[in-house]
Amino acid sequence: MEYLIHIGILIGIYSILALSLNLTVGFTGLLSITQAAFYGIGAYVTAILLTSYGMNFFLSILVGMFISGVISFIIGFVLSRFDGDYFALGSFGFNIIVYSIFLNWQSLTRGPLGIPGISKPELFGLDFNENIVFLGLVTIFALLAYLLSEFIVNSSFGRVLKAIREDEKVIQVYGYNTLFYKLTIFVIGATFASIAGAFFASYITYVDPSSFALSESIFILAIIILGGLANNKGAVLGAFCLIILPELLRFVGFSSDIAAQMRQVTYGLILVLLMLYRPQGLLGEYKL
Amino acid sequence: MPILETKKITKHFDGVYAIDGLSVGFEEGKITGLIGPNGSGKSTLINLLTGTFPFDKGSVVFSSSEEVKELLPYEVSDYGITRTFQDVRLFEQMPVIDNILVVLTKRNVVSSLFEKHKKFHLDKAEEVLKKVNLWEKRDELAVNLSYGQRKLLEIGRILAMSDGFGNNSNIFFFDEPFAGLFPEMRKIVIGVIEHLKQQGKTVVLVEHNIDIIRELCDHVIVLDNGKLLAEGTPDEALAKREVMDAYLGE
Ligand SMILES: Nc1ncnc2c1ncn2[C@@H]1O[C@H](COP(=O)(O)OP(=O)(O)OP(=O)(O)O)[C@@H](O)[C@H]1O
Ligand SMILES: [Mg+2]
Repeated sequence: MEYLIHIGILIGIYSILALSLNLTVGFTGLLSITQAAFYGIGAYVTAILLTSYGMNFFLSILVGMFISGVISFIIGFVLSRFDGDYFALGSFGFNIIVYSIFLNWQSLTRGPLGIPGISKPELFGLDFNENIVFLGLVTIFALLAYLLSEFIVNSSFGRVLKAIREDEKVIQVYGYNTLFYKLTIFVIGATFASIAGAFFASYITYVDPSSFALSESIFILAIIILGGLANNKGAVLGAFCLIILPELLRFVGFSSDIAAQMRQVTYGLILVLLMLYRPQGLLGEYKL
Repeated sequence: MPILETKKITKHFDGVYAIDGLSVGFEEGKITGLIGPNGSGKSTLINLLTGTFPFDKGSVVFSSSEEVKELLPYEVSDYGITRTFQDVRLFEQMPVIDNILVVLTKRNVVSSLFEKHKKFHLDKAEEVLKKVNLWEKRDELAVNLSYGQRKLLEIGRILAMSDGFGNNSNIFFFDEPFAGLFPEMRKIVIGVIEHLKQQGKTVVLVEHNIDIIRELCDHVIVLDNGKLLAEGTPDEALAKREVMDAYLGE
């Protein structure tokens, strides 16, 4: 049971991440490979504020969202000068930069040692120490992220995002200053990712840079490509599939070591197969 | 009075002068034909006037009063300009109706976030799509339309730009809207252009078919190598020796 709850919590956290990335990649067509950076910022902000300042978890989420928002605004502004492949390259450059900062700003992040002892959330005397309660909380936030994503993509704003994805030059001629739209969605996606980071930090009780490397961004991208770009249900479904997959591998008898290694191989394989046979993913409404 | 004029505008690509010190004007409420051999700069002129490329030199004058040296793509609709593309450019992986709705809704990030299209948006989209005979196809993805339907959808999209919801386009550039269309579709497009004229809109029509030019246009501008070769009423312009030479010399 504990084990299922653990899987459930991970699915919740990764659903938020996948929803956040789907806003930029799936709906807006900006191939951003830097989501782990904002995920990491959220995680570190919560880790530092909880361990060093005893701040409330929920308050730390807000601070993390604010900091990710400001940083993503700057990164998004720089990236707005690039198109297509260059955008993707630039974005993963930023992931590497942020990762190096986690690793090297030792006075703040303790570098490779990481930050242990992060506590569980508390609100009005209610604590979320029990994993089942924590799962409830994550689920609520994942649901909120889902509803908010649906609200955004079904608005007039969301339709403009899709038009930017299809042909940015054309939608500009019809009177849209697309820079503002791209920046707004990039920042919204980054703040969502930082919420996921806060939950991750508090759940695992420990953060270190390795959780927010480039490979993590690629993993999140794999989730939405599998689930289906430009579909919020697809993002959640993708998170579900790619989180339980390694567990299934363990069940069919691979030892945990091998399962861990197989994981990377399977993700890679899934991506290649999808690109070949079903580029729109399971529920996707858009092909890269 | 010309609603839109160019003053010695120039655009070169590498060594080629696509538009070469060109000064022309488009009269308000008239249909102006823009013709010339392949590669004479017709599409480039439209691209310059809609901010798709910046021009190297010269300026653009609106209503003989406002002169600008630069046109940004997202500003041209504020000047009332809208256009189609020679190589039809749709929002491919969006439904037909969304291709129309997207130009009807608010142009501001915050207000568009809190806006969902309303009944009057849908009504307008319905009106436009019925005009171009695509209402039955409204839920189809644009990418699945036939070539002719794609051209018609693009024309529907610029009709929606004169919707009265804040983007009142009054200068319409059509870049070869008839190319590759069946006769019944041509009739639809002719109807659209004539209707725009009745509404007092300014139309610029790039077209190779001389019969259509004679039938529709009040005035014709002939380009050759990015320069003005001739202009006048269709009969005048087309009768000129140099125009015949330019066409025959192809
Ligand atoms: N984006 C571009 N890059 C490089 N050269 C270009 C570009 N666009 C146009 N040209 C060149 O500019 C010249 C004018 O091209 P343009 O497309 O304006 O001609 P056109 O009159 O529209 O011809 P057509 O009747 O074939 O559509 C041509 O020599 C063309 O090769
Ligand atoms: Mg052309």
